Amino acid sequence: MDHLTYARAQMGFSLAFHMLFAAVGVALPLFMVIADLLYRRTGDRDWLEFSKRMAKGTAILFAVGAVSGTALSFELGLLWPRFMGTFGEIIGLPFAMEGFAFFTEAIFLGIYLYGRGKIPSGLHLAAGIGVALSGAISAFFVTLVNATMNLPRGFEMLDGHPINIDPLAAMFSVPWKHETLHALLACYQATAFALAGIHAAVLLRHPTSALFRKAFAVSLLVASVTALLQPISGDHSAHSIAESEPLKLAAIEAHFKTQTHAPLRIGGIPDLETGEVRYGLEIPSGLSLLATHDPAAEVKGLNDFPREDWPPVAKTHYAFEVMVGAGSAMAGLGVLAAFLAWRKKAVPTQRWFLWAVVASGPLGFIALEAGWLVTELGRQPWIMHGVMRTRDAVTPFPNLLPPFWTFTGLYLFLGVSVVYLLFRQLRTAPMEAAPPSVGGPDAHH
Amino acid sequence: MLTTELALGAVMMGALCLYAVFGGADFGGGVWDLFASGPRKAEQRKLIEKAIGPIWEANHVWLILAVVALFAAFPTAWSAICIALHIPLTLFVVGVVFRGSAFTFRAYDDRNDKRQQRWGLLFSLASVASPILLGMLAGTVASGRITVVDDVVTSDYVTPWLQPFPIVVGLFALALFAYLAAVFLAAEASAAGAVELTEDFRKRALLAGVVVGAVAIVTFALSFRGAPRISAGLTERLWTWPLHLGTAAAATTAFVALWKRRYALARLGVVAQTIFILLGWAVSQYPYLLVPTHTLQSAAANPRTQVLLLVAIAAGSVLLFPSLYVLYRIFKGEKPFRVLDRE
Repeated sequence: MDHLTYARAQMGFSLAFHMLFAAVGVALPLFMVIADLLYRRTGDRDWLEFSKRMAKGTAILFAVGAVSGTALSFELGLLWPRFMGTFGEIIGLPFAMEGFAFFTEAIFLGIYLYGRGKIPSGLHLAAGIGVALSGAISAFFVTLVNATMNLPRGFEMLDGHPINIDPLAAMFSVPWKHETLHALLACYQATAFALAGIHAAVLLRHPTSALFRKAFAVSLLVASVTALLQPISGDHSAHSIAESEPLKLAAIEAHFKTQTHAPLRIGGIPDLETGEVRYGLEIPSGLSLLATHDPAAEVKGLNDFPREDWPPVAKTHYAFEVMVGAGSAMAGLGVLAAFLAWRKKAVPTQRWFLWAVVASGPLGFIALEAGWLVTELGRQPWIMHGVMRTRDAVTPFPNLLPPFWTFTGLYLFLGVSVVYLLFRQLRTAPMEAAPPSVGGPDAHH
Repeated sequence: MLTTELALGAVMMGALCLYAVFGGADFGGGVWDLFASGPRKAEQRKLIEKAIGPIWEANHVWLILAVVALFAAFPTAWSAICIALHIPLTLFVVGVVFRGSAFTFRAYDDRNDKRQQRWGLLFSLASVASPILLGMLAGTVASGRITVVDDVVTSDYVTPWLQPFPIVVGLFALALFAYLAAVFLAAEASAAGAVELTEDFRKRALLAGVVVGAVAIVTFALSFRGAPRISAGLTERLWTWPLHLGTAAAATTAFVALWKRRYALARLGVVAQTIFILLGWAVSQYPYLLVPTHTLQSAAANPRTQVLLLVAIAAGSVLLFPSLYVLYRIFKGEKPFRVLDRE
């Protein structure tokens, strides 16, 4: 690999890793709070136990999210110092707000985790709500940075330096609405599917456990709702991208020639030399319809843009296909769950359905990672679209091989440890009644 | 006159001071975890875990705020630091990651001794390495050995930070954090009524206090060659003298209070000492952010960003400080900031 590739690989690997934990850190507290609310309403100790389990998961995953996020705030500078030096004053504002939101989340999480049973239950619940809210807010702000990088606004460039800077206009660049909506929904969706999958697996082994039936019901409900909302948000994103980031749209769809009645390609292998897509399934006028809601509309193709500005077409296209494929499967499962629940007037727990939920457990995170790849690959070869190329932002530090392997090893180690710990949490806790927990904050009191 | 860049510099310094006091004490806790010994070895570790558990994540975010303030308000300085100090920064980040994750994993892994020991060892080794690296970074920034010409870093990637002065500053940071932690832990043990445990940490604190003093003298002596800007600031600027007096007074108070077993006062003293030391560094280095090329003024972002950052920081603080107060109030006693009452 060359210098630039090492830098991109390190950044990509770090972000891909961090994103899993950040998404869980945003979404898991929601389940924690829902369980607390249900416990307050019903007095059913299963909800309390569910909430405690969610809290333990949050504690472990949030810690990894926090430290990997800290590492990232340094890695941005370590790998892309010219980007940070030139545009730090533009993207710094949302980062600062994200910092405060994250800080609040850490504080409330400390109160929540270690305060259970020690502080009044109202304050405890409020802290939990604080965790859930500030997590969402911090994800919102950090996604704004991505919107600015995708479509830089609010400044002009003079001799390689930004001038006439309007930080607020930069912060709320056009893609901000669809990106934040799509990303936040994705956090809840991915986490809910993973939870539903895990609990479905446990139910297959312990079909009578009341606790896991309840946990499964809540996870499945959130999973289904988000899976059905996400395509609507995706449609909104497609529209917005068609209008403001036409080159990205063309790469996503491997759409070479500008044309009216543009077809939608599903799958296929893009050939950059001939500008053809082989073996794909084409839906006539599909792309025009998707991008503008008008089957006759003209959609700009890659050929209208200079070749040196093209994103990696095949990779962007595949990432998009994976995201949409996973998203469609999840939406299908959502419809199925709703149908079964309506027919049985109860939470569906047929064995074949539980197996289907287990199988779709990883889909949310697959879609989350793929969607992130779409937005990042689709912006290449720019780090700040149209303003600074990624290769011009990279550090002059001569040997990026050691840091790449250091961070790769570090994250692999963390990943393995976390999976092991979570697995242990799930296995060792008794199936009935609240356990006197071993280890963890609850052990202290 | 208080300009926006000065205000932002002050915010950054404030975040660093709080990181040194709170995050530093957490690192110090890791150091004492490593050196836990004697008949109450297990109790010592337990107290450390209990003291750090609820608050380490919050304590740790001060660092993120300082870094964000640095790159948002003084982007070119951050860029140069990231290039020149790539190696120690990377190592520091790795230390921070191991410290935080190993601590949490230990809390949630089973109580099997072998496994606990392994996480504990990782946690405490990272707690020793990170402060040294943090101190080295600060020492190098102050040393003036990083050179930048036309936005291009011309110094190499190793020699600026592998010098006696930064290394001694690193050891100083380690000693100071260990001192902070020992005093805090003695105060917590005393508040909990654990007499023997209190004595354990009192002895450790007294030892660490002596080491801090000794390393401080070596650091000052080395600064004449290693960081002339700092030594000049420390000795020649009249307005740094009140800070020196403050440091001396705080250090004496802390040590004497510790000797006389007045732990709340000792805690106040050691916190004040830490803050005075950092302020002394900042003021003697002023107006330089990165000696000798970037000043607060020359590295500052555009005025609109600066104003908006200050607004965001003010708004964020309104949310932050009350929540922090609640956190400390719950876990650090009825009146977390009581300091002058007798034990």
